[in-house]
Amino acid sequence: MRLGNTFFIALAIGALWGIIYNVVFSILAMLISGDTIVPDIGISMVSGAVGAGIYVLGPGHSGGRYRGWHWAAVSGAAALIAFVLLGKFAAASMVAENMAFLTALVTFAMAAASWHLCLDGMDSGSQGRYQLEVILIRVLKGVGFVFFSIVVALPFYVMVMTSLKSQQSLLSNPLDLSIDFSKSLSEHLRSYIELFTKYRFGQFLLNSAIVSVATVIITLLFAIPGAYAVSRLRFPGKNVLSKSILLIYMVPAIVLVIPLYAVFSQLGLRNTLLGLIVVYPATTIPVAVYMFQGYFRGLPYELEEAGLMDGLSRIGTIIKITLPLSLPAIASVSLYIFMIAWNEFLFAFMFLDDPAIFTLSRGVQSLNSSEIPRQHLMAGAVIATVPVLVLFLWFEKFLVAGLTAGSVKG
Amino acid sequence: MRLAYTLILPTLLIVMAIVLLPLLANFWISFKPVELGDLRAPTILFNERIRPTPKVVGDTAEISYRLRNTSKRGVYADGRLVDTFPSGLTVSGTLDSRCTLAGNNLTCDLGTFEPMQRETLTISVIATDAYFDNPINPRDSKPVINGVGDSILTNSVFSLDNYRKVFSGSEFWKVLRVSLYYTIFGTLGAIVFGLFAAQLLNTTFPGRGVVRGFFLFPYVAPVIAVAFAWVLILDAGPGGTLNAILMKIGATDGPINFLGRRATPISIFGLTFEFPVALTTVISFEVWRYFPLSFLFILARMQSVSSDTYEAAEMDGASPLQQFRYISLPQLAGILAVIFLLRFIWTFNKFDDIFLLTGGAAGTRTLTVDIYEQAFAVSNLGAGAAVAVVVFFVLLISALFIFRFSPEDDG
Repeated sequence: MRLGNTFFIALAIGALWGIIYNVVFSILAMLISGDTIVPDIGISMVSGAVGAGIYVLGPGHSGGRYRGWHWAAVSGAAALIAFVLLGKFAAASMVAENMAFLTALVTFAMAAASWHLCLDGMDSGSQGRYQLEVILIRVLKGVGFVFFSIVVALPFYVMVMTSLKSQQSLLSNPLDLSIDFSKSLSEHLRSYIELFTKYRFGQFLLNSAIVSVATVIITLLFAIPGAYAVSRLRFPGKNVLSKSILLIYMVPAIVLVIPLYAVFSQLGLRNTLLGLIVVYPATTIPVAVYMFQGYFRGLPYELEEAGLMDGLSRIGTIIKITLPLSLPAIASVSLYIFMIAWNEFLFAFMFLDDPAIFTLSRGVQSLNSSEIPRQHLMAGAVIATVPVLVLFLWFEKFLVAGLTAGSVKG
Repeated sequence: MRLAYTLILPTLLIVMAIVLLPLLANFWISFKPVELGDLRAPTILFNERIRPTPKVVGDTAEISYRLRNTSKRGVYADGRLVDTFPSGLTVSGTLDSRCTLAGNNLTCDLGTFEPMQRETLTISVIATDAYFDNPINPRDSKPVINGVGDSILTNSVFSLDNYRKVFSGSEFWKVLRVSLYYTIFGTLGAIVFGLFAAQLLNTTFPGRGVVRGFFLFPYVAPVIAVAFAWVLILDAGPGGTLNAILMKIGATDGPINFLGRRATPISIFGLTFEFPVALTTVISFEVWRYFPLSFLFILARMQSVSSDTYEAAEMDGASPLQQFRYISLPQLAGILAVIFLLRFIWTFNKFDDIFLLTGGAAGTRTLTVDIYEQAFAVSNLGAGAAVAVVVFFVLLISALFIFRFSPEDDG
């Protein structure tokens, strides 16, 4: 048993994971149970250090491998015992409750797994720069995973949980984001039911779907021929055109809002869905042309030449050869455009005044008032989010391809 | 060649109509002293009545038209009123000099109505038998008023007032500075976090695809939903999740108004400076929402770097950090530059996020929010357009910069 720099690094790592998971799971337990579970930084730090210290001092090589998961479990148990003992010593109430104990259990199970992953293959002696950097990178990655998971999940968690609560339970304890299983399903879904019955969210959903699908279809109809011409045919002004597509793509919506507002007011297009169906494709066509032109350039021209040789017209070639080959690109672009149109807020906000024709974005925005309870607002947010997320998870491959190709826009 | 133009013409036309024309229109509007109310062209509102109602033959009465130009600022020129004169009523006395009566057609040339000008046209009549045989209320026939409503948007009055208003005072420079802070830190933050996230997923492990999809949620979800969720979390009131947590675990005494507090003094090494709270929150939201984009780009690029290079470096004894510094980063430099430039422009353009989070209050008003505030909150369309023109020029310069310096093959 040697005590080198790694031993002390292990202590630091144990302390770090002890603190991180203790804070994280205490807060999570608070949100899930509604009880007050205060994380104890000092005790969790010491216990974590004890556990990781035991871990790194543990048996070395066994059959060519270092300590396995079983040893991690032993060290985690040691840390948990240390935590409970120290906690009893400091404040008896801390470990008295089941929830607090459960929190501690999960904390040190996760902490033990983490220090196992960080310190796997290291012994307690001194290590060179290479090994130390390996440890550092493992720690950074671990912290990164915890950080990103929490930060990404938190708003969605709060959104869904708040939408399921009733007004008085939110007021009595805003942190209580638990699900009360004694209540019936319809009580949980009360906000949703009210949104669909009293606030016309069914209509909004339909409006959003109409506008988004129309935008996708119109965009494809305009963008595919345009992109084909720019990428395949030769004509004067082609270069200028293909470059300016990217430029137009940079024009922000807010700059267009004032003139469009003025003109559409005069034309009577302002407070109509038709107005949106005119504006949305115009803002998405440049993106789509840009994406398609990249894809068309990658297609082998020989195939089209063969089609032309066999007597197909140019249009026939496009329809019979290019389009079938471009189906993946069409799927990507369609999904991407659908996402843009579905999520669009600014024009919907500026143009629509009449609740009968609100899109979801505009509808959710109209819920943002002090008279409407916030669980309704969150339920509205969930209704707006679910379709686009489902679509995204379903067609992740295509949408990711679309995002990578077109998401210079945001 | 004709085919090429046929294919591309519709695309060009719609983009011209909805993107390029409005851009030009912005210049036009920015030189106009036009307000939101001016969008409604001046019209003449009328009210016609007959008093007293004739009871028997020979009763005298007065038909009066009360007319008003509804516009507060627009002139209504060459107003001409045409109405059907009820048969059975005869004009008594002299007809108003502006009017002529031919048969049943009453025509009155009313000339010019100044803004808000009221005018009353009175015609004295005597009721005859025919009126009672076939009673027609004069109100049954609606008068038609023709004329030219002068719209400030289309006339030839120009002024530099909007620009003077925008550039005078310290407000504009403050807004510009906030815009630049927001853009620079938002862009850099998103790239740094994207790079970090990409490093996490650049190894293979079970469930990697799921995690990648999960990391993209902030970008894919509607801005309206995630912005309001964050507003709820960061709320300074009793329902704010984060403040409730912080207070429960004893990290702060009172709630922190993340979105409403302009600045809080912080002293480091005896130097006190004002830390912009709301602006930092808004920037953090921007980083949160857009790190997935740079993450996606960087991950795609990293996966195309062959592992041979790393293996060779490993053999030569390069440590992990050295490998990152001397192999990964140089390989990523191109894509990082492209992401930076594009994200810079798009962050500069961002409106929804800030608008939904703070509405531009507490020192978070950027140029884009300023456009909205000037045009629709203060209802001075012209001033808003002037700010939009400024934004346009900033973007034009950035775009030219991109075309000059960005490598063609990346991006």
